[in-house]
Amino acid sequence: MTENDTKALVPKGKQEVVSKAEQTKDGLVFTPDVDILESDREITLLADMPGVQSRDLKVDLENGVLTLTGDVAPWEGPDEKDILIEYEVGRFYRQFSISETIDQDRIDAQLSDGVLRLTLPKVESAIPRKIPVAAG
Amino acid sequence: MLTRSFLNAPAWDFDVTKPFAEFERLRRRMDRLFDEWMPSTWKAGRTMGVFPLVNLTEDRESYILRAEIPGVKSEDLDIQATAKSVSISGERHILQEEDKVSYHRREREGGRFSRAVALSGEIDPDGVDAKLEHGVLTLRLPKTEASKAKQISVMSSQS
Repeated sequence: MTENDTKALVPKGKQEVVSKAEQTKDGLVFTPDVDILESDREITLLADMPGVQSRDLKVDLENGVLTLTGDVAPWEGPDEKDILIEYEVGRFYRQFSISETIDQDRIDAQLSDGVLRLTLPKVESAIPRKIPVAAG
Repeated sequence: MLTRSFLNAPAWDFDVTKPFAEFERLRRRMDRLFDEWMPSTWKAGRTMGVFPLVNLTEDRESYILRAEIPGVKSEDLDIQATAKSVSISGERHILQEEDKVSYHRREREGGRFSRAVALSGEIDPDGVDAKLEHGVLTLRLPKTEASKAKQISVMSSQS
């Protein structure tokens, strides 16, 4: 277990999207927290999107821009009265620009426990190769 | 002139028996400033600063506690309920990827958490129902008969 795993968590509060373009839909929009990591063969993107079901999640790649949109269903029942409200729910939205070296046909998206795992494999020509150097 | 007024400033009126009196005064003044300037909606939105953030609601039958804990597995959760409180603790594991990766962004955090929430009315701890769906924990805490709101019917006397 690494040190990262054992420290106590502190709540961050959701970041509301401050967008230049006006939203066409009512409601709050939040930025999901993401991890982006790259290996030789692929780029992996992990995004926290609690409350999003797979049918409400959209992953679009168009003109090199990757768009994540996740809608969260309203959680409150009709007869419920608020006692303590610490977080709000809304749509999750975030865009990333993706380089040409991604094999766009093999992109894989998986959603489990409110975490989206997006695997973006690199095209063959972009995978680094080790060139052996012969000693002369 | 400047020096004199500086030395005569109240801050230099130092009382040895109360070394922090001046800090105390300053703190109170800051608190007052905050209370006056902060819109009341901010104050309502202030959280306890403990993970996870929770939403607590009630209906006639039960209290409902919800928390967003994406990436936490049900086996890593420990939920305890008493008649007047409920506590959620657990650990969020952020998967350590294999060695040959470089991180471009790292916003998600892992770690331990523990949160206790006190309830205003009594619940039946044996009847608590916990669900973890899509990274959202929902606890349904049934109220005891005694703590349920009663509908009082009003009799009108017919003349």
